[in-house]
Amino acid sequence: MHNNRYLRDEIIRISGVNTAKCMKCGKCSATCPAYDEMEYHPHQFVNMVESGDITPLLNSDSLYKCLSCFACIDRCPRGVEPAKVVEAVRLFAVRKQGANRMTANDVPAIVDEDTPQQLLVSAFRKYTK
Amino acid sequence: MKVSYFPGCTLKNKAKDLDLYSYKSASALGVTLEEIENWQCCGGVFTSADDEVATKLSSVRALKYAFERNEPLVTVCSACHNVIKQTNYAMQTNKTFADKVNRYMAEDSYNGEAEVYHYLEMLRDLVGFDTLKEKVVNSLKGKKIAAYYGCLLLRPNKVMRMDDPENPTIMEDFIRALGADAVVYAKRNECCGGYISVESPDSARRNSNAVVKNAKAAGAEMIITACPLCKYNLEKNGADIPVVYFTELLAEALGVKEDTNA
Repeated sequence: MHNNRYLRDEIIRISGVNTAKCMKCGKCSATCPAYDEMEYHPHQFVNMVESGDITPLLNSDSLYKCLSCFACIDRCPRGVEPAKVVEAVRLFAVRKQGANRMTANDVPAIVDEDTPQQLLVSAFRKYTK
Repeated sequence: MKVSYFPGCTLKNKAKDLDLYSYKSASALGVTLEEIENWQCCGGVFTSADDEVATKLSSVRALKYAFERNEPLVTVCSACHNVIKQTNYAMQTNKTFADKVNRYMAEDSYNGEAEVYHYLEMLRDLVGFDTLKEKVVNSLKGKKIAAYYGCLLLRPNKVMRMDDPENPTIMEDFIRALGADAVVYAKRNECCGGYISVESPDSARRNSNAVVKNAKAAGAEMIITACPLCKYNLEKNGADIPVVYFTELLAEALGVKEDTNA
Protein backbone atom coordinates (compact mmCIF):
# COMPACT_ATOMS: atom_id res chain seq x y z
CA MET A 1 0.00 0.00 0.00
CA HIS A 2 1.08 3.55 -0.61
CA ASN A 3 1.09 6.11 2.12
CA ASN A 4 -0.92 9.25 1.58
CA ARG A 5 2.09 11.49 1.15
CA TYR A 6 3.46 9.43 -1.72
CA LEU A 7 0.04 9.20 -3.36
CA ARG A 8 -0.54 12.91 -3.10
CA ASP A 9 2.87 13.79 -4.58
CA GLU A 10 2.36 11.30 -7.40
CA ILE A 11 -1.10 12.62 -8.33
CA ILE A 12 0.13 16.21 -8.19
CA ARG A 13 3.09 15.29 -10.39
CA ILE A 14 1.03 13.44 -12.99
CA SER A 15 -1.64 16.15 -13.14
CA GLY A 16 0.62 19.19 -13.05
CA VAL A 17 -2.13 20.90 -11.03
CA ASN A 18 -1.66 23.11 -7.99
CA THR A 19 -4.67 22.04 -5.92
CA ALA A 20 -3.93 24.71 -3.31
CA LYS A 21 -5.15 27.38 -5.75
CA CYS A 22 -8.77 26.17 -5.35
CA MET A 23 -11.03 28.70 -3.58
CA LYS A 24 -13.85 26.16 -3.18
CA CYS A 25 -16.49 28.01 -5.20
CA GLY A 26 -17.87 24.75 -6.64
CA LYS A 27 -18.21 26.05 -10.19
CA CYS A 28 -16.44 22.98 -11.61
CA SER A 29 -19.05 20.65 -10.16
CA ALA A 30 -21.91 23.02 -11.02
CA THR A 31 -20.94 22.92 -14.70
CA CYS A 32 -20.04 19.20 -14.85
CA PRO A 33 -22.31 17.26 -17.25
CA ALA A 34 -21.47 14.02 -15.39
CA TYR A 35 -22.30 15.42 -11.94
CA ASP A 36 -25.32 13.15 -11.39
CA GLU A 37 -23.25 10.07 -12.22
CA MET A 38 -20.51 10.79 -9.71
CA GLU A 39 -20.04 9.74 -6.11
CA TYR A 40 -17.19 12.26 -5.80
CA HIS A 41 -17.53 15.44 -7.82
CA PRO A 42 -14.81 17.55 -9.46
CA HIS A 43 -14.46 19.97 -6.52
CA GLN A 44 -14.12 16.98 -4.19
CA PHE A 45 -11.36 15.49 -6.33
CA VAL A 46 -9.43 18.73 -5.99
CA ASN A 47 -10.06 19.03 -2.26
CA MET A 48 -9.37 15.38 -1.42
CA VAL A 49 -6.12 15.33 -3.40
CA GLU A 50 -5.05 18.53 -1.67
CA SER A 51 -5.68 16.97 1.73
CA GLY A 52 -4.16 13.59 0.75
CA ASP A 53 -7.42 11.66 1.13
CA ILE A 54 -6.96 9.82 -2.15
CA THR A 55 -7.73 6.13 -1.53
CA PRO A 56 -11.53 6.67 -1.66
CA LEU A 57 -11.10 8.34 -5.07
CA LEU A 58 -9.00 5.45 -6.39
CA ASN A 59 -11.74 3.02 -5.41
CA SER A 60 -14.64 5.03 -6.81
CA ASP A 61 -16.39 4.59 -10.16
CA SER A 62 -16.42 8.39 -10.34
CA LEU A 63 -13.04 8.05 -12.02
CA TYR A 64 -14.72 6.64 -15.10
CA LYS A 65 -17.60 9.11 -15.33
CA CYS A 66 -15.63 12.18 -16.43
CA LEU A 67 -16.40 13.00 -20.08
CA SER A 68 -13.15 14.93 -20.74
CA CYS A 69 -15.31 17.80 -21.99
CA PHE A 70 -12.98 20.39 -20.40
CA ALA A 71 -15.93 22.44 -19.10
CA CYS A 72 -14.47 22.58 -15.57
CA ILE A 73 -11.07 23.51 -17.00
CA ASP A 74 -12.40 26.48 -18.94
CA ARG A 75 -14.88 27.68 -16.33
CA CYS A 76 -12.73 27.53 -13.19
CA PRO A 77 -12.13 31.14 -12.10
CA ARG A 78 -8.79 30.16 -10.54
CA GLY A 79 -7.35 28.10 -13.40
CA VAL A 80 -7.12 24.98 -11.24
CA GLU A 81 -8.06 22.59 -14.08
CA PRO A 82 -9.96 19.95 -12.06
CA ALA A 83 -10.28 17.49 -15.00
CA LYS A 84 -6.51 17.06 -14.95
CA VAL A 85 -6.76 15.93 -11.33
CA VAL A 86 -9.48 13.42 -12.19
CA GLU A 87 -7.36 12.19 -15.09
CA ALA A 88 -4.27 11.79 -12.91
CA VAL A 89 -6.13 9.73 -10.31
CA ARG A 90 -7.65 7.57 -13.04
CA LEU A 91 -4.25 7.01 -14.65
CA PHE A 92 -2.81 6.04 -11.28
CA ALA A 93 -5.61 3.47 -10.97
CA VAL A 94 -5.51 1.95 -14.46
CA ARG A 95 -1.72 1.90 -14.73
CA LYS A 96 -1.74 -0.90 -12.18
CA GLN A 97 -1.31 -4.38 -13.66
CA GLY A 98 -4.68 -5.93 -14.42
CA ALA A 99 -6.66 -2.79 -13.57
CA ASN A 100 -7.92 -1.98 -17.06
CA ARG A 101 -11.53 -0.84 -16.95
CA MET A 102 -12.25 -2.20 -20.43
CA THR A 103 -10.79 -5.00 -22.54
CA ALA A 104 -11.06 -6.07 -26.16
CA ASN A 105 -13.54 -8.74 -25.02
CA ASP A 106 -15.98 -5.97 -24.12
CA VAL A 107 -16.06 -4.59 -27.65
CA PRO A 108 -18.61 -6.91 -29.32
CA ALA A 109 -21.23 -5.93 -26.76
CA ILE A 110 -20.55 -2.23 -27.34
CA VAL A 111 -20.58 -1.90 -31.10
CA ASP A 112 -23.51 -1.59 -33.41
CA GLU A 113 -23.36 -0.98 -37.14
CA ASP A 114 -23.05 2.80 -36.69
CA THR A 115 -20.46 2.87 -33.90
CA PRO A 116 -17.73 5.30 -34.94
CA GLN A 117 -14.13 4.13 -34.49
CA GLN A 118 -13.67 7.32 -32.48
CA LEU A 119 -15.86 5.92 -29.69
CA LEU A 120 -13.72 2.81 -29.24
CA VAL A 121 -10.33 4.49 -29.48
CA SER A 122 -11.44 7.20 -27.05
CA ALA A 123 -12.81 4.71 -24.54
CA PHE A 124 -9.67 2.59 -24.72
CA ARG A 125 -7.50 5.66 -24.27
CA LYS A 126 -9.41 6.62 -21.13
CA TYR A 127 -10.15 3.26 -19.56
CA THR A 128 -7.04 1.19 -20.23
CA LYS A 129 -3.27 1.28 -20.14
CA MET B 1 -3.48 26.66 -51.77
CA LYS B 2 -2.21 23.31 -50.54
CA VAL B 3 -2.56 22.01 -46.98
CA SER B 4 -1.46 18.87 -45.13
CA TYR B 5 -4.65 17.02 -44.32
CA PHE B 6 -5.11 14.66 -41.37
CA PRO B 7 -8.34 12.67 -41.91
CA GLY B 8 -8.30 10.35 -38.88
CA CYS B 9 -9.62 6.84 -38.26
CA THR B 10 -13.34 7.49 -38.33
CA LEU B 11 -13.29 9.50 -41.55
CA LYS B 12 -11.91 6.47 -43.36
CA ASN B 13 -14.66 4.24 -41.99
CA LYS B 14 -17.97 5.30 -40.41
CA ALA B 15 -17.71 8.98 -41.29
CA LYS B 16 -16.82 8.75 -44.97
CA ASP B 17 -19.24 11.58 -45.73
CA LEU B 18 -17.26 13.93 -43.56
CA ASP B 19 -14.11 13.06 -45.50
CA LEU B 20 -15.57 12.94 -49.03
CA TYR B 21 -17.35 16.28 -48.77
CA SER B 22 -14.29 17.87 -47.19
CA TYR B 23 -12.32 17.00 -50.31
CA LYS B 24 -15.01 18.03 -52.76
CA SER B 25 -15.76 21.32 -51.05
CA ALA B 26 -12.11 22.24 -50.60
CA SER B 27 -11.52 21.58 -54.26
CA ALA B 28 -14.44 23.85 -55.21
CA LEU B 29 -12.88 26.55 -53.03
CA GLY B 30 -9.42 26.22 -54.57
CA VAL B 31 -7.82 24.34 -51.69
CA THR B 32 -5.96 21.06 -52.21
CA LEU B 33 -6.10 18.66 -49.28
CA GLU B 34 -2.94 16.57 -49.43
CA GLU B 35 -3.41 13.60 -47.18
CA ILE B 36 -0.48 13.16 -44.79
CA GLU B 37 1.45 10.01 -45.70
CA ASN B 38 1.26 7.19 -43.19
CA TRP B 39 -0.78 9.18 -40.69
CA GLN B 40 -1.73 7.27 -37.56
CA CYS B 41 -4.82 7.53 -35.35
CA CYS B 42 -4.67 10.45 -32.91
CA GLY B 43 -6.18 8.31 -30.13
CA GLY B 44 -9.50 10.15 -29.99
CA VAL B 45 -8.97 12.00 -26.73
CA PHE B 46 -6.04 13.96 -25.36
CA THR B 47 -4.45 12.67 -22.17
CA SER B 48 -3.59 15.71 -20.09
CA ALA B 49 -0.86 13.98 -18.05
CA ASP B 50 2.60 15.28 -18.93
CA ASP B 51 4.14 11.84 -18.40
CA GLU B 52 2.02 10.32 -21.19
CA VAL B 53 4.43 10.44 -24.12
CA ALA B 54 4.00 7.43 -26.43
CA THR B 55 0.28 8.08 -26.92
CA LYS B 56 1.03 11.52 -28.36
CA LEU B 57 3.67 10.51 -30.90
CA SER B 58 1.25 9.97 -33.77
CA SER B 59 0.12 13.59 -33.47
CA VAL B 60 3.68 14.86 -33.28
CA ARG B 61 4.67 12.91 -36.40
CA ALA B 62 1.75 14.43 -38.33
CA LEU B 63 2.65 17.90 -37.07
CA LYS B 64 6.30 17.46 -37.99
CA TYR B 65 5.30 16.28 -41.46
CA ALA B 66 3.22 19.42 -42.07
CA PHE B 67 5.94 21.68 -40.66
CA GLU B 68 8.61 20.17 -42.88
CA ARG B 69 6.42 20.75 -45.93
CA ASN B 70 5.73 24.29 -44.76
CA GLU B 71 1.99 23.70 -44.94
CA PRO B 72 -0.75 24.26 -42.38
CA LEU B 73 -2.09 21.04 -40.88
CA VAL B 74 -5.85 20.82 -41.41
CA THR B 75 -8.19 18.41 -39.64
CA VAL B 76 -11.94 18.17 -39.92
CA CYS B 77 -12.85 15.76 -37.12
CA SER B 78 -13.36 17.62 -33.83
CA ALA B 79 -11.48 14.94 -31.90
CA CYS B 80 -8.39 14.85 -34.16
CA HIS B 81 -8.30 18.62 -34.12
CA ASN B 82 -8.48 18.73 -30.33
CA VAL B 83 -5.81 16.08 -29.78
CA ILE B 84 -3.39 17.46 -32.37
CA LYS B 85 -3.76 21.07 -31.22
CA GLN B 86 -3.32 20.13 -27.57
CA THR B 87 -0.27 18.04 -28.42
CA ASN B 88 1.22 20.90 -30.42
CA TYR B 89 0.63 23.28 -27.50
CA ALA B 90 2.38 20.86 -25.15
CA MET B 91 5.33 20.72 -27.56
CA GLN B 92 5.51 24.52 -27.57
CA THR B 93 5.12 25.15 -23.86
CA ASN B 94 6.46 22.12 -22.00
CA LYS B 95 10.17 21.65 -22.63
CA THR B 96 10.51 18.50 -20.52
CA PHE B 97 7.70 16.86 -22.44
CA ALA B 98 9.08 18.02 -25.80
CA ASP B 99 12.53 16.63 -24.92
CA LYS B 100 11.03 13.24 -24.10
CA VAL B 101 9.08 13.22 -27.36
CA ASN B 102 12.08 14.23 -29.43
CA ARG B 103 14.00 11.20 -28.19
CA TYR B 104 11.60 9.19 -30.35
CA MET B 105 12.16 11.31 -33.44
CA ALA B 106 14.67 9.91 -35.89
CA GLU B 107 16.02 13.16 -37.33
CA ASP B 108 15.49 16.83 -36.53
CA SER B 109 13.65 17.73 -33.39
CA TYR B 110 10.21 19.32 -33.43
CA ASN B 111 9.03 22.00 -31.04
CA GLY B 112 5.49 22.89 -31.99
CA GLU B 113 6.24 25.06 -35.03
CA ALA B 114 3.39 23.79 -37.25
CA GLU B 115 0.12 25.69 -37.55
CA VAL B 116 -3.02 23.67 -36.90
CA TYR B 117 -6.37 24.61 -38.39
CA HIS B 118 -9.75 23.02 -38.04
CA TYR B 119 -11.50 22.93 -41.42
CA LEU B 120 -13.90 25.59 -40.15
CA GLU B 121 -10.94 27.80 -39.22
CA MET B 122 -9.51 27.18 -42.67
CA LEU B 123 -12.79 28.42 -44.17
CA ARG B 124 -12.83 31.48 -41.93
CA ASP B 125 -9.14 32.41 -41.82
CA LEU B 126 -7.58 31.08 -45.02
CA VAL B 127 -10.48 31.04 -47.50
CA GLY B 128 -12.70 33.67 -45.88
CA PHE B 129 -16.45 33.46 -45.29
CA ASP B 130 -17.00 36.29 -47.82
CA THR B 131 -15.28 34.24 -50.52
CA LEU B 132 -17.27 31.20 -49.48
CA LYS B 133 -20.48 33.20 -49.77
CA GLU B 134 -19.60 34.14 -53.35
CA LYS B 135 -19.02 30.50 -54.30
CA VAL B 136 -22.42 29.29 -53.08
CA VAL B 137 -24.53 28.05 -55.99
CA ASN B 138 -27.38 26.41 -54.06
CA SER B 139 -28.35 28.87 -51.37
CA LEU B 140 -29.81 27.23 -48.27
CA LYS B 141 -32.07 30.23 -47.75
CA GLY B 142 -34.91 29.68 -45.31
CA LYS B 143 -33.39 26.61 -43.61
CA LYS B 144 -33.14 26.89 -39.85
CA ILE B 145 -29.91 25.23 -38.84
CA ALA B 146 -28.42 24.78 -35.38
CA ALA B 147 -24.66 24.54 -34.96
CA TYR B 148 -23.54 21.95 -32.44
CA TYR B 149 -20.03 22.70 -31.22
CA GLY B 150 -19.96 20.09 -28.45
CA CYS B 151 -16.93 20.18 -26.20
CA LEU B 152 -13.95 19.38 -28.39
CA LEU B 153 -13.96 22.26 -30.87
CA LEU B 154 -13.68 25.06 -28.33
CA ARG B 155 -12.09 23.75 -25.16
CA PRO B 156 -9.69 24.20 -23.55
CA ASN B 157 -9.81 27.71 -24.95
CA LYS B 158 -6.28 28.61 -23.81
CA VAL B 159 -5.08 25.99 -26.30
CA MET B 160 -7.76 25.83 -29.00
CA ARG B 161 -8.05 29.60 -29.60
CA MET B 162 -10.77 28.94 -32.15
CA ASP B 163 -13.50 31.23 -30.90
CA ASP B 164 -15.11 32.60 -27.75
CA PRO B 165 -15.68 29.32 -25.84
CA GLU B 166 -18.96 30.49 -24.29
CA ASN B 167 -20.37 32.57 -27.11
CA PRO B 168 -18.89 31.18 -30.32
CA THR B 169 -19.88 32.44 -33.78
CA ILE B 170 -17.73 30.52 -36.26
CA MET B 171 -20.31 27.85 -37.10
CA GLU B 172 -23.18 30.35 -37.15
CA ASP B 173 -21.17 32.56 -39.53
CA PHE B 174 -20.56 29.46 -41.64
CA ILE B 175 -24.30 28.69 -41.74
CA ARG B 176 -25.08 32.30 -42.71
CA ALA B 177 -22.44 32.25 -45.44
CA LEU B 178 -24.36 29.36 -47.01
CA GLY B 179 -27.52 31.47 -46.96
CA ALA B 180 -29.33 29.65 -44.15
CA ASP B 181 -30.60 30.95 -40.81
CA ALA B 182 -28.41 30.12 -37.80
CA VAL B 183 -30.34 28.97 -34.75
CA VAL B 184 -28.56 29.97 -31.54
CA TYR B 185 -29.31 27.90 -28.43
CA ALA B 186 -27.79 27.49 -24.97
CA LYS B 187 -26.58 23.87 -25.15
CA ARG B 188 -24.58 24.23 -28.35
CA ASN B 189 -21.26 24.04 -26.50
CA GLU B 190 -22.23 21.38 -23.96
CA CYS B 191 -21.03 17.77 -24.15
CA CYS B 192 -23.10 15.00 -25.80
CA GLY B 193 -21.58 12.43 -23.45
CA GLY B 194 -18.78 11.38 -25.77
CA TYR B 195 -17.23 8.00 -25.00
CA ILE B 196 -19.35 7.68 -21.83
CA SER B 197 -21.88 5.74 -23.91
CA VAL B 198 -19.56 2.77 -23.24
CA GLU B 199 -19.62 3.20 -19.47
CA SER B 200 -23.00 4.84 -18.82
CA PRO B 201 -25.40 4.83 -21.78
CA ASP B 202 -27.99 6.64 -19.65
CA SER B 203 -25.59 9.50 -19.06
CA ALA B 204 -24.98 9.85 -22.80
CA ARG B 205 -28.73 9.72 -23.45
CA ARG B 206 -29.49 12.50 -20.97
CA ASN B 207 -26.77 14.75 -22.30
CA SER B 208 -27.61 14.13 -25.96
CA ASN B 209 -31.35 14.55 -25.49
CA ALA B 210 -30.84 17.84 -23.66
CA VAL B 211 -28.93 19.20 -26.68
CA VAL B 212 -31.52 18.13 -29.25
CA LYS B 213 -34.45 19.32 -27.13
CA ASN B 214 -32.83 22.69 -26.62
CA ALA B 215 -32.01 23.12 -30.33
CA LYS B 216 -35.55 22.19 -31.35
CA ALA B 217 -37.08 24.55 -28.79
CA ALA B 218 -35.06 27.33 -30.42
CA GLY B 219 -36.59 26.43 -33.80
CA ALA B 220 -33.93 24.23 -35.39
CA GLU B 221 -34.87 21.95 -38.28
CA MET B 222 -31.41 20.46 -38.56
CA ILE B 223 -28.25 20.18 -36.46
CA ILE B 224 -24.76 20.31 -37.94
CA THR B 225 -21.64 18.91 -36.33
CA ALA B 226 -17.96 18.28 -37.06
CA CYS B 227 -17.75 15.30 -34.72
CA PRO B 228 -18.62 11.68 -35.61
CA LEU B 229 -19.17 10.79 -31.96
CA CYS B 230 -21.56 13.73 -31.41
CA LYS B 231 -23.51 12.64 -34.48
CA TYR B 232 -23.62 9.05 -33.28
CA ASN B 233 -24.73 9.94 -29.76
CA LEU B 234 -27.39 12.39 -30.89
CA GLU B 235 -28.82 9.97 -33.45
CA LYS B 236 -28.57 6.83 -31.33
CA ASN B 237 -30.40 8.57 -28.53
CA GLY B 238 -33.34 9.49 -30.71
CA ALA B 239 -32.71 12.86 -32.36
CA ASP B 240 -35.87 13.52 -34.38
CA ILE B 241 -34.33 16.17 -36.62
CA PRO B 242 -31.47 15.42 -39.02
CA VAL B 243 -27.93 15.57 -37.63
CA VAL B 244 -25.49 16.11 -40.52
CA TYR B 245 -21.83 16.84 -40.99
CA PHE B 246 -21.14 20.48 -41.76
CA THR B 247 -19.13 19.45 -44.81
CA GLU B 248 -22.19 17.76 -46.31
CA LEU B 249 -24.11 21.01 -46.03
CA LEU B 250 -21.14 22.84 -47.49
CA ALA B 251 -20.94 20.47 -50.47
CA GLU B 252 -24.66 20.90 -51.07
CA ALA B 253 -24.37 24.70 -51.08
CA LEU B 254 -21.32 24.59 -53.36
CA GLY B 255 -23.11 22.25 -55.76
CA VAL B 256 -20.63 19.41 -55.41
CA LYS B 257 -22.71 16.98 -53.41
CA GLU B 258 -23.40 13.58 -54.88
CA ASP B 259 -25.30 10.58 -53.58
CA THR B 260 -23.27 8.17 -51.52
CA ASN B 261 -24.05 5.32 -49.20
CA ALA B 262 -21.41 6.27 -46.67
